[in-house]
Amino acid sequence: MAWSFKEDRPIYTQLLEQIQARIVTGQYKIGERLPSVRELAAEAGVNPNTMQRALAELERIGLVYSQRTSGRMITDDAQKIGEMKMQLAQDVIEEFLQNMKKLGYEQKEIAQLIEQYPTGKRKETEKA
Amino acid sequence: MNDILLEAEYLTKCYGKKKALSNINITLEKGKIIGLLGPNGSGKSTFIKLCNGLLQPTSGSIKIVGQPIGIETKKVVSYLPERTYLDDNMTPTQLLDYFMDFYEDFDKERALGMFKSLNIDMKQRMKNMSKGTKEKVQLILVMSRRAKLYILDEPIGGVDPAARDYILNTIITNYDPEASVIISTHLISDIENVLDEVIFIKNGEKVLQKSVDAIREDEGKSIDALFREVFRC
Repeated sequence: MAWSFKEDRPIYTQLLEQIQARIVTGQYKIGERLPSVRELAAEAGVNPNTMQRALAELERIGLVYSQRTSGRMITDDAQKIGEMKMQLAQDVIEEFLQNMKKLGYEQKEIAQLIEQYPTGKRKETEKA
Repeated sequence: MNDILLEAEYLTKCYGKKKALSNINITLEKGKIIGLLGPNGSGKSTFIKLCNGLLQPTSGSIKIVGQPIGIETKKVVSYLPERTYLDDNMTPTQLLDYFMDFYEDFDKERALGMFKSLNIDMKQRMKNMSKGTKEKVQLILVMSRRAKLYILDEPIGGVDPAARDYILNTIITNYDPEASVIISTHLISDIENVLDEVIFIKNGEKVLQKSVDAIREDEGKSIDALFREVFRC
């Protein structure tokens, strides 16, 4: 997963989300050491203070913790990571629903569309 | 510990009747990367020249590390001017020795590492180099000092995007929590992710000084977009 930033939101919150996603998907593995602030900042091309702020927030919510000698570690609490994954899923669904509602769909219709989604697509390709 | 690195108070500079800077107050802290942004002729370079003692203020004052501009501040400020001041007949090897003689805080290893990464021929005279390569050489020399304040006037204008990334990366990785960097540029979207805060200057006045993320939070737009709005022609 490469770092990418949208224009309209703080870089700090986007860093936070992207590191969370990396932990949840196992790109940064449970219980492992995180790269240093400087390494991460250089890799993402962002200001080190901004990266520091994002990591401090991750620490506050308990996804990472500091070890005096070896830097920051990712939590070894699998349940915590599971909860985070669920939270991120909720956020994605929320955003999707908002967009669908903007298109004028009701939640029931949206559920139907999702249900049909792969079949509907297959039928269309069969026709063609 | 005092965290203030630079303090300009009621700074005014006139060229004859023309006011280039008018009553500017700027305070900069340690450990920040600051973008000094404004359209052409807004007073950015005047401010930078005042910080380096190349101009004297008409009124008001600037202090860096608590000292008025002079020998003591020049020891801790590493300055990349808009135009080159280096001898065109010199090679990077000669310039390296020159800088080592001049500045106590010059880090030769750091410079050699950067010259190597950017594939610069150490034996080629400056006058035979391309514009972009010349700019890289100057920037390497300036960034290789262990200074307290780096002032970079249009540092990335002439270099290609890959070298631009490398240079920004150098700024990030050599980052010292005690030092700050002021970057004046028009290439805002290239550097805005690297900045802590920005200062907008318009017609010699400071119109904004704010952290990048606070701007994105409050305005819901990038610095580049805000700049285009504030300075719409």
